[in-house]
Amino acid sequence: MFLRYILILFLLIPFNSFALIEVDITRGNLNPLPIAVSPLSLDSDSKSKLKTILKKDDIGAQISIVVENNLKKSGLFNPLNKDSFLQKPDIAHFKPRFEDWALIKAQALITGKVTFSDEKLRVEFRLWDVLAAKEIMALAFTTVPSNWRRVGHIITDKIYERLTGEKGYFDTRIIYVSEEGPKIKRIKKLAIMDQDGFNTKYLTLGNELVLTPRFNPTNQMVTYLSYFRNLPRVYLLDIETGIQEVVGDFPGMTFAPRFSPDGKKIIMSFAKDGNSDIYTMELENRIVERITNHPSIDTSPSYSPDGKYICFNSDRSGYQQIYIMKSDGSNVKRISFGKGLYGTPVWSPRGDLIAFTKLHKGKFYIGVMRTNGKGERLLTENFYQEAPSWSPNGRVLIFYRETKTDDKGEGFSAKLWSIDLTGYNERLVNTETDASDPSWSSLLSD
Amino acid sequence: MIRNIIISSTFHLVIILITAMSLPFLAKKPIDLPPIISVELIQITEKTNIPFAPKAKKIIEKVKEKEKLLSEQAPPKVVKKEKPDSIPLPEEKIQKVEKLEDKKQNPEKIDNEVKQVSEFEKDELFDPNNIAALIDKSKEDFGETTNKTDKVSQDRDKTVNNIGLSLSEEDALKAQIFGCWSIPLGLPYNENLLVRIKLKLKPDGSVIKSEILDHARMNKPGQGFYKVLAESALRAIQLCQPLRVPTTGYERWKDLQLNFDAREMLEG
Repeated sequence: MFLRYILILFLLIPFNSFALIEVDITRGNLNPLPIAVSPLSLDSDSKSKLKTILKKDDIGAQISIVVENNLKKSGLFNPLNKDSFLQKPDIAHFKPRFEDWALIKAQALITGKVTFSDEKLRVEFRLWDVLAAKEIMALAFTTVPSNWRRVGHIITDKIYERLTGEKGYFDTRIIYVSEEGPKIKRIKKLAIMDQDGFNTKYLTLGNELVLTPRFNPTNQMVTYLSYFRNLPRVYLLDIETGIQEVVGDFPGMTFAPRFSPDGKKIIMSFAKDGNSDIYTMELENRIVERITNHPSIDTSPSYSPDGKYICFNSDRSGYQQIYIMKSDGSNVKRISFGKGLYGTPVWSPRGDLIAFTKLHKGKFYIGVMRTNGKGERLLTENFYQEAPSWSPNGRVLIFYRETKTDDKGEGFSAKLWSIDLTGYNERLVNTETDASDPSWSSLLSD
Repeated sequence: MIRNIIISSTFHLVIILITAMSLPFLAKKPIDLPPIISVELIQITEKTNIPFAPKAKKIIEKVKEKEKLLSEQAPPKVVKKEKPDSIPLPEEKIQKVEKLEDKKQNPEKIDNEVKQVSEFEKDELFDPNNIAALIDKSKEDFGETTNKTDKVSQDRDKTVNNIGLSLSEEDALKAQIFGCWSIPLGLPYNENLLVRIKLKLKPDGSVIKSEILDHARMNKPGQGFYKVLAESALRAIQLCQPLRVPTTGYERWKDLQLNFDAREMLEG
C-alpha cells in the first residue's frame, strides 16, 4: 500500500523534462526551385538522320527547351541559364559532377540522351537531386520522331510530379474559340492546340458562331454551342473523324453544355419561353432527363468529379448566384452569398473547389470557393474576363479576358490567360489569333 | 470509514507537499532567465528583424554571408568549452553556480547516475532520470545522451538544458531556414504536412546526421507527397549548412529536431 502511494507520488511530481530541443519551421520561401535542364545529348549519327526528318539542327537541345519553357511557365521552377553550365551534356548524363551544379545554385538537374534507331526516336532522361548527390528518377520513351514535342511535355509531367508531389498538366491540349475580324463582324472558329500554344488546328470553318467548347474525359469528343442556321444548339464533334451532330431534339435553344465525368452524358441548359432549366442526355440511348424545374434561369451546370453533385448558377433568389444539388436534381442549396453576381461555376478536378466568374461594381473577377461556399478567394480582377477552366491537376485556371473598345470602336482584343490557384503567376497564353472560351483537356498520356 | 479518511488525508497531504515543493522550483527559472535573453536580443534582433522569407531573400542571403564570416573568424572549439573561464558566456551566472557544485562533488570521478542527484536537485528527493525511464522510454534515450555529453565537457547545466534555445537564438535559426526552404507548392493543403527531422550537429552548426522521424509514412499509399515534402526539407538543411546555431552551449543543441510544417504557408 505504501509503495503504491510512493509510486503515485512519483508520477505526480513535476520533474525536469529532458526533451530534445525542437524548432518549428512553419515558413519557407515560395521562390521557384532552381533547376538545371542540360541539353539532351545526341550522337552525330542520330543527329544527321533526325535533321533530315525533322528539319531541326539539334533535337536534343530542342526537347530540353520544351521542358525548360514548361517548367518556367509553371512558376514553380527557375530553369538556370545554360551558359553557366560547366559540364557537357553527354558526361553529365553519365555521371554529373554535383559540385559543379551546386556551384551554379542548381537544386535539381535534368540530363538526357536522344538516339534514333529503327525509325524510332528514343529519349531517355534522368532527374538528379544535386544537394543529396543522387539520381531520383530515370525514364525512357520511344516514339515516332514527329512526336518530339510531346515527349518534352511528358518528361515535364514526370519531373513536375516527382518534385512537387502532384500530377503535371503539360501533356495536354486546350480547345478554344479562335476570333478574328472587327468586333461587330467577328469570325469565330473552334481551335485546338497544345497547352504551350503549339500545333494549332482549326476544327470549324467559321461560317457559324461557335461558343463554349468542352472536352469529354478521353479528349476525343467536343461538345459546344453553334448558331447553325441562326438557331443556337448544342453540338457534338468527334475530333478524329470531324463528324458533327446535334445533341438531342429540343424544341428551342440549348446551350452551356458539358460532359459528365464518365463521359456518358451531356449536361446543358434548355431555354423555352424565357425560362431555362438544366437537362441531361445520355449519349448511348439519347434519353433526356430534366434535372431542374424552376421558373428562373438555371444554367452553366458542371458535375463534381465523382458525378454525384452538380453546381450551376441560377437567379432564383433574384440575383444570379451559385447553387449545388445532387445529380438527380434534389437537395438544391445556394452556396454563394457574397456581394455581386456569380456565374460560370466549374468544379475542380480535385473536387474541393469551385471556380467562378464574379461581377461586382462593374468589375469582373475570377475566383474560387470551397464546395460549401466558404473560403471565397478572388484571384484576379479586370475590366472583362470570364469562363475559367481547370488544368487537369486542379492547380491552374485558364480563362479569357477582353480589352475595352475605344471611341472609334477599335482596340478590342480577346486573349487567353492562366493563373495559379494561389493568385500568382498570371500569364498570357500564346494563341495564333484572338481567343476566348478555353477548355483544358485531361492528361493525354494518363 | 476511518481508513478512507486516512487515505484521503494522506493523499491530500501528498498533493500539498508536491505543490509546495514544485512551485518554488518552477519559480526559480524565470529569475535566472532574463539576463540571458536581454544580452542576446541586442546582438541578434538586427538579423531577426528581417521581413519574412519570400520577399526578403536578398536580405537573408546578406545576413547569411555575414554569418559565414563570423563563424570563420571565430570557430568555436570543443577544447575551449572544457575551459569555461576563457569564454565570456551569457549564461555565466548559472555556470558559476554549476562549477561550484561540480567542484564540491568531484564530477570527474562520479558516474552519471550519482551526478543526477546533485545538491542542486536534492530538494526534489528523486532521480528524474530513473522516473523518466519508468514512464517513458524516450527519456531513457536522453539519459544516454547526457551520459555521452559528460565525456565531452563538464560545464553542462541541467537548467540550461531545459531552457532550450532562447527566443532570439531560435529566431536566428528559423530565419535562416525560412530562406533555404523552397516549399513544394503542389502539396495537398488538407493533409498533414509535418515533417520532423532529427539532426546531429557539429559545434560549427554543420550537420553530421539527419534523420526523418516518420520515415514509414513515405511509402504509404496516397502519401507520395510526403516524400516530396521530406526531400524538400532535407534540401533546405543541406542548403543552409552550417546552421546558424548559438556560439555557446553546444551541449544544448548538438541534437536538434526541426519540425517542418508547410501547412501555414500553403493555406495562407
